[in-house]
Amino acid sequence: MRGLPIKAGIVLTLALGLSGCGPSEPKSAGGPPQIRRLTESQYRHAIADIFGGDIKVAGRFEPDIRADGLLAVGSGKVTVTPSGFEQYDAIAQGIALQAVDEKHRDALPCRPASPKAPDDACATQFLRESGRLLFRRPLTEQELREQVEVAHAATATLGDFYGGLSYGLAGFLAAPEFLFRVEAAEPDPQHPGLLRLDRYAKASRLSFLLWDTAPDAELLDAADRGDLDTRDGLKREVDRMIASPRLEAGTRAFFADMLGFVAFDQLAKDAVIYPKFSLKVTNDAREQTLRTIVDHLLARKGDYRDLFTTRKTFLTRNLGLVYRVPVETRNGWEAHEFPAGDPHAGLLTEIGFLALHAHPGRSSATLRGKAIRELLLCQKVPMPPANVNFSIVQDTNNPKFRTARDRLTAHRTEPTCAGCHKIMDPIGLGLENFDGAGQYRPDENGAAIDASGTLDGMNFADAASLGKALHDDPATTSCLVNDAYRYASGREIASGEQDWMGYLQQRFAADGYRFPDLLRAIATSDTFYRISPTVREAAR
Amino acid sequence: MSTISRRTALKGMLGGSAVTVGVPLLDCFLDGNGAALASGAPMPLRFGTWFWGCGMTPARWVPKTLGAGYDIPAELEPIAPYKDQIVVLSGFQAILEGRSNFPHSSGNIAMRTGVAANKPDEFIDPTIDVLVADAIGTGTRFRSLEVTCTGDPRHSYSSRSAAARNPSEPSPLGLYTRVFGPEFQDPNAAEFKPDPRIMLRRSVLSAIKEHRDRLVRNVGAADKARLDEYFTSVRQLEQQLGLQLQKPPPAEACAIPIKPDDAPVGTEIGQAVATHRLNAQLLAMALACNQTRVFNLVFSDSASSLRKAASSTTHHQLTHEEQVDEKLGYQPEATHFVEQSMLAWGEFVRTVAAIREGDGSLLDHMLVFAHSDTQFAKTHSINGIPVMLAGRANGRIKTGLHVDGNGDPISRIGLTVQQIMGVSVDKWGAGAMQTAKPVAEVLV
Repeated sequence: MRGLPIKAGIVLTLALGLSGCGPSEPKSAGGPPQIRRLTESQYRHAIADIFGGDIKVAGRFEPDIRADGLLAVGSGKVTVTPSGFEQYDAIAQGIALQAVDEKHRDALPCRPASPKAPDDACATQFLRESGRLLFRRPLTEQELREQVEVAHAATATLGDFYGGLSYGLAGFLAAPEFLFRVEAAEPDPQHPGLLRLDRYAKASRLSFLLWDTAPDAELLDAADRGDLDTRDGLKREVDRMIASPRLEAGTRAFFADMLGFVAFDQLAKDAVIYPKFSLKVTNDAREQTLRTIVDHLLARKGDYRDLFTTRKTFLTRNLGLVYRVPVETRNGWEAHEFPAGDPHAGLLTEIGFLALHAHPGRSSATLRGKAIRELLLCQKVPMPPANVNFSIVQDTNNPKFRTARDRLTAHRTEPTCAGCHKIMDPIGLGLENFDGAGQYRPDENGAAIDASGTLDGMNFADAASLGKALHDDPATTSCLVNDAYRYASGREIASGEQDWMGYLQQRFAADGYRFPDLLRAIATSDTFYRISPTVREAAR
Repeated sequence: MSTISRRTALKGMLGGSAVTVGVPLLDCFLDGNGAALASGAPMPLRFGTWFWGCGMTPARWVPKTLGAGYDIPAELEPIAPYKDQIVVLSGFQAILEGRSNFPHSSGNIAMRTGVAANKPDEFIDPTIDVLVADAIGTGTRFRSLEVTCTGDPRHSYSSRSAAARNPSEPSPLGLYTRVFGPEFQDPNAAEFKPDPRIMLRRSVLSAIKEHRDRLVRNVGAADKARLDEYFTSVRQLEQQLGLQLQKPPPAEACAIPIKPDDAPVGTEIGQAVATHRLNAQLLAMALACNQTRVFNLVFSDSASSLRKAASSTTHHQLTHEEQVDEKLGYQPEATHFVEQSMLAWGEFVRTVAAIREGDGSLLDHMLVFAHSDTQFAKTHSINGIPVMLAGRANGRIKTGLHVDGNGDPISRIGLTVQQIMGVSVDKWGAGAMQTAKPVAEVLV
């Protein structure tokens, strides 16, 4: 089952092993520093980590926006609208009140002299610590003083120390320094003339990349000491973070972004056509794919490519209904392995892919083909032209064109459509054995489904062998590397970073396509923290 | 609500019980012609947009006759009772000058910003509603309210810049809570006590504003603009809270609506219609109670994802895939959604027209700009995208007309709307869509 690309990988590993160290990191000019709005998931993780998992974060977040295929890139292009800020402010008030309520105030570092009067010393202590975690860097004296003053005045008005303190805290939570990750750069003493991110921007990059949350106190301490500016210090922190169970949250956040799972928020199927497809199935389908990924990549330390062929997954009873598999566990998850020969193999045959890329009442070879191209192979499919006649294509009652393949073939004979459809439909048709809800079906309208085709020159006969073709396609792994770096840096690949991308691809192959190693390669590199001086100058 | 409204008072007088009317009630009476409140302040002027996706069938929507007394074709049937209060605009063109017609996006962007899009679904320039809100929306609690009837907060076509798309309230309960929840101050309540907590929240925001200068010192121009938009939002909330500290002026037509259920929302047409009904009532009261002057309502998204229960095909798919029925001359299934959209639009107009205010109705004191993303969706045509203007805007517009643009730039409509709403603008749009020529037929 292992083909040529793997052997090449093994040879490369040996070569690296002999030389004692891999090809060295190419020099890179770096990219611009970013200002990114926290995603909803980052916000929620940060609050749970700083104030406790039982704090309710109640409110509607401004929608995260995908740009160039990633929310992470979109986060560097959005701002906060008036109604969005209204919500952030309300959420901030709610969190701040809970953080100092009777249940949580024992966790505060001090007690006020009187619960009814201002106590600036205690307020200062609390706000200094929480402000540091929220702003992800030490506060300036001015920043601290301003919030202590707010808390003082509020306490005096309300006659309640904790009530007043909540206003001081809310000021951090609604502040741009919390809601946005504003990256600061500094001259790099090791490379005169070049710039690098400052130590706290480094800490944030690491933490949001690996854990999808704000840096913990330990990471900020390491930053304070200057550890992140030394090779050993940086490596020590990266090792600690990759060994932490929180790597799972980071891995989930990355794949949820890359796979476009934000669309799950609005996923609905027609209840008459797909009666088994409920909101529970939707939620479980999302979780199934993320569990499969985390189990394979982290717990089993698996090869990324095998995600497209693995028969191991996890099921609930709700999902069992759609997969037509008995699930013993009444409430919750159980491991499941589809037998050899079963049509289910790999992520493409999970509901989380099949149903997400389909219409509410119908499958769609085009949407699925587009998703494979764009999400998994990083190949952009052009927009359809405005003036198109689709009528032959989709008339499902036409006796001449009973299957989707018949209809799409007719559509592709129109020259204006052919160009794009031939890059989407033939691969999407490989998944036609699964309907719009992801349920297996051998035929459509009484005609047997032909799910064969080719992916960039590799033939496949059905969904399982399409997964194998994707496994073997070099674009699959280069796409992951590309997305991981764009996710980490929050921007498009900069013009001077092509060599670096090539180097990362090589490293990924040499490491046997292990995802944590890819994260480590990015997190311990120079390039990740390099800031382009020209961009910096232009910024001024 | 125990406050006696002008209506109740009048009823009481007519019933012969005038002796029970107290002198202070005279304050809420109007001046002689009803265009202003007794205090001398003019009637508030409101603006809204009402959007539906996937256009119409030209032969069944565009009136055959021009000017006053226009005929009502089949798809316009729901507005027949209100045709005297509505202007129908057909035949205006989104001119793209060689740029791509991004399906379901270019027409909408041209309509709302007067610019031919460079990228699909990206509103780089401010949309009309934002420009109008800057002119008339600063004195109320909300500068504007955005709602959608499809359950997706991303379904919004209101934005100040590409970085700042104003998200829609996805549920009627969410809208209710935001407007009429704990922070609502009944304008007709006898008692008013400023809440010290609001003052404290304001002090938090004032402190945050101080961060601007140190934050923008070292960032590039684009990032600076984004941070400045954030600070604009902070200032707006600060002003909003400031208004909460003053006694609101009475609003005679204000009646606090009933809290809606937490019903599921989504794209199934029955759901969307039910959601729209609640949203229309809530928005009408948000206007009547002076909570906002501007709103944006999305009935269905551009490239409408509306669907019928048990159907495998959405409205958008149907527009492209369904054959034109040769006998009927249109696509029957796709047209069903157009008809449902126009019924909802008719219901919206009926809802605001039913609220009495001054010597007329809420509709008389507003302008609603209703439009779609395409003309005939099957071909993504953006020539003659359907537009309607409803309401008399305090007498600033001539209604009851059908105007044909004869291929003129669609930005003429946007310019007209802004001028009616008092935006100081004499020229609007870009490239071939730049225009200084409002639709004179409707101007008073």
